[in-house]
Amino acid sequence: MPDMTKSGTVTAAPDAVGAAAPAPQPLKAEKARGLWGDAWQDLRRNKIFIVSSVLILLLLTITFFPSWFTSANPAYGDLAKHYLQKPQLGKVFSAEWLGYDQQGRSVYARLIYGARASIAVGFGTTILVTIAGGLVGMIAGYFGGVVDSILSRLVDVFFGIPFLLGTMVVLNSFPKRTTWVVIGALGFFGWTQLARVMRGAVITTKQADYVQAAKALGASTTRILFRHILPNTLAPVIVVATISLGVYIGAEATLSFLGLGLNGVSWGNDISDGGAQIRVAQWIMLYPSIMLTITVLAFIMLGEAVRNALDPKTR
Amino acid sequence: MTIIEEAFVPSPREDNGGPLLEVRDLHVEFRTREGVVRAVNGVNYSVKAGETLAVLGESGSGKSVTAQAIMGILDMPPATIPQGEILFRGQDMLKMSGEERRKIRGQRIAMIFQDALSSLNPVLSVGYQLGEMFRVHQGMSKKDAKAKAIELMDRVKIPAAAARVNDYPHQFSGGMRQRIMIAMALALEPDLIIADEPTTALDVTVQAQVMDLLAELQREYNMGLILITHDLGVVADVADKIAVMYAGRIVERAPVHELYKRPAHPYTRGLLDSIPRLDQKGQELYAIKGLPPNLLRIPSGCAFNPRCPKAEDVCRTEVPDLLGVTEQDGSELVGRASACHFRKETIHG
Amino acid sequence: MAETDEPQDATPNVSDVEVVDAHSEAEAVAAIDAPVERGEPILQVRNLVKHFPLTQGILFKRQIGAVKAVDGVSFDLYQGETLGIVGESGCGKSTVAKLLMNLERATAGEIFYKGQDITRLSGRALKAVRRNIQMVFQDPYTSLNPRMTVGDIIGEPFDIHPEVAPKGDRRRKVQELLDVVGLNPEYINRYPHQFSGGQRQRIGIARGLALNPEIIICDEPVSALDVSVQAQVINLMERLQDEFNLSYIFIAHDLSIVRHISDRVGVMYLGRIAEIGSDEQIYDHPTHPYTQALLSAVPVPDPEAREHRERIILTGDVPSPANPPSGCRFRTRCWKAQDKCAEEVPLLAIPESFKGSDTPAAHESACHFAEEKDVVHVA
Repeated sequence: MPDMTKSGTVTAAPDAVGAAAPAPQPLKAEKARGLWGDAWQDLRRNKIFIVSSVLILLLLTITFFPSWFTSANPAYGDLAKHYLQKPQLGKVFSAEWLGYDQQGRSVYARLIYGARASIAVGFGTTILVTIAGGLVGMIAGYFGGVVDSILSRLVDVFFGIPFLLGTMVVLNSFPKRTTWVVIGALGFFGWTQLARVMRGAVITTKQADYVQAAKALGASTTRILFRHILPNTLAPVIVVATISLGVYIGAEATLSFLGLGLNGVSWGNDISDGGAQIRVAQWIMLYPSIMLTITVLAFIMLGEAVRNALDPKTR
Repeated sequence: MTIIEEAFVPSPREDNGGPLLEVRDLHVEFRTREGVVRAVNGVNYSVKAGETLAVLGESGSGKSVTAQAIMGILDMPPATIPQGEILFRGQDMLKMSGEERRKIRGQRIAMIFQDALSSLNPVLSVGYQLGEMFRVHQGMSKKDAKAKAIELMDRVKIPAAAARVNDYPHQFSGGMRQRIMIAMALALEPDLIIADEPTTALDVTVQAQVMDLLAELQREYNMGLILITHDLGVVADVADKIAVMYAGRIVERAPVHELYKRPAHPYTRGLLDSIPRLDQKGQELYAIKGLPPNLLRIPSGCAFNPRCPKAEDVCRTEVPDLLGVTEQDGSELVGRASACHFRKETIHG
Repeated sequence: MAETDEPQDATPNVSDVEVVDAHSEAEAVAAIDAPVERGEPILQVRNLVKHFPLTQGILFKRQIGAVKAVDGVSFDLYQGETLGIVGESGCGKSTVAKLLMNLERATAGEIFYKGQDITRLSGRALKAVRRNIQMVFQDPYTSLNPRMTVGDIIGEPFDIHPEVAPKGDRRRKVQELLDVVGLNPEYINRYPHQFSGGQRQRIGIARGLALNPEIIICDEPVSALDVSVQAQVINLMERLQDEFNLSYIFIAHDLSIVRHISDRVGVMYLGRIAEIGSDEQIYDHPTHPYTQALLSAVPVPDPEAREHRERIILTGDVPSPANPPSGCRFRTRCWKAQDKCAEEVPLLAIPESFKGSDTPAAHESACHFAEEKDVVHVA
């Protein structure tokens, strides 16, 4: 190929013509479409992804701006309107829409304000476990040897403790259970799963030739970890984190139901309270349960959709 | 349908001289996110009993997809077969029911894959997997099936077969695993074996052993063999005739000696020329310019035209048919065909 | 019985290496950056050993054995030449590449680069060596980070060695490199998956060239590519060698490609070099039975040859490198093996019978019974 020698111009070498680019568009249009870009193209057309993300966006809006959805005070109980006041399904978005509980508080308002507890615990715990578990997993996976042996056994020990039992024992010793306390307790027992996922992903990635190539260039450990390994291990971590977000929301409700959750407005507390009244006033328990189920489902569906989009096998 | 049902199980060793398997105008498409990938675009080939047909091509040429279509192991969807016939002893397998095809597959046509390790079940012993063929298809007892398995392992020259029959796939070396795959393919004495890159994953010295074994068994059983490969060396060693594929089409067909002596398609010529030869030491190798085509956007006209040194306008507009090639005096060259507008110039020039 | 664990290649010895005695890091760097005359040895490998320990236990691991991947390998690489290394899988050729790149620590032995033993280097001196010895990997699909653009991949060497290219200059440099390897410089913002295998390998070569190295270690650089693209990449590599005055170590299992590109060839078997010499000596006058068997087993792309060529079909498989045979490692598959082969490790040296004569058979071969045998030549 004598014509392949330096031309110095921007014209493509002969063999580069008609390259493997997806479409013969101008170069600017295709900029920055990496694996994430492809995954995004995939997700945009995925109905499950659209439904779950719309739901999650709605939940986030409710969390941050509850007053947009109801003017009623969730803590204000008017005994005149106690639980015998049935839901008036015609009066959409009003305080009496979903009825009142046994203390005469609006079920709808409590539903709106209860979202904050679930979302805060869900996101808070997930961020905590992703950082803590991710870090442990990354260190164990990258450095291997004795470090890995010790950290892996530590993970095994924590993994052996029943998750809910552990959090219950810890929470039981706190008289005042703020959001931070609940997040801390859930995170303390929950980080192992992400540590395992991260460790596995790092071990696979560190053997990749591009990591070897970076080492051969003399790249520092920090550079290898953050430029090469981390971006390539994020996919499985994001998937697991999204799914576990739903799980933590469910766990928070479970703890509240058992009387060991947050003090204050929360779906779990309401489900617990409503449980006692289920024979006479099903709606008190019904609506928070539905909200909880939808929320958990939305995050799990989102996780599944992201997993499918990022799975290299479907590429 | 009833006619087919009666006719599809032929007497095993009948050889009427006709082709064992004939592929006619086969098309295979894959529907993907980016569009329709036309993996196979009208392939015709046939193989007789005792004959070795080598299907030569690079990745994406459609050689493996054709084989998978013959075996009926394509995932459909995403794959579809919009057109074509696959005749086994004259019966179109594409029109058969799943049950009928399943009977042919394994019993009459067997396949050997490149990666023997992933084709064997890791949790079952080799003897069990070999014996399974006899238990399922011939209803043998466990004990008989095991004895058969040992016999097969002996036949493919696995040392100490009786002692190793209970070993698991990972306990065998790559070459031995490929022998086990061959044994499995041979188990029911099929009429036709399709070997998809059977030695690509093996080392050169082991490669030679396995190819020799395969050739020997083929002669012994008078089977047809379709050998799918990208290796011009392996082809020269064992094939009787060759079909060269490019972008889902057969671009050239020829008896083995003829092809190497006088290629009739510029692609074949390019492949042969790019093999390093002794007298080229220190010089530039001949290289086919450009890249294999993107199957989403196969070039119009002859698919090879952007890479062809001899391409003219007609090559960019008209798809060349696979037609016979003649000698300079006009006499037909037996068994030869080329899909090039300038087939005559290529073979004689 | 002679101890097989001791690597005992007779030649070449450490004594013929001009060791540079650098006492400070700065002296080491200066020695590493010094130029080498064409035809002088630039890399001298002596008795290189790499054993991978086999361990058992969960927290407290104890060693139960070792995979002797490389077990006493010695050779020289001269400035401007291509040394081919051939062998089958498990022979240790890829481990040699990793050791030369300092991606693995050698268990024993030395690698002298311009007289400096690079197996013991670290810090600034090691970084200076890395600038001069680069690598091209086998699999173009896994050797490029899928999350980085081509510009970032080829530009990364400059981030790590900022002294090579000033910051404002890097984009231009990357585009120049793309052009040099025959890719459109406008592809700088694309991601690896938008390229074909051959194009990716060009990107990998561009990354290897970025720091202007003197040696490039090529570990099966074309074996993952389509036949029609292999020749393009080989041509590119030969052109770059002339243009940038590179020395190559070319590791491959395709014997005809190795012959085409190499000036000298070493044949490896089970962690040792069986035979080494010029391409003509190895291919036309092999004296080691393994080389002869290897050459005869290669399928020749010529159907006329298949009737009248003698093939040596070896029996059995390559033994496990965790438990290699005593004496000569090839003896378990060798048709010439005698008691002596089990007892004595054959040295890699010019065989006695050819010593002093100027036949092409007089090259280093590790066989007690080295003799020429006419086999059909590859290519």
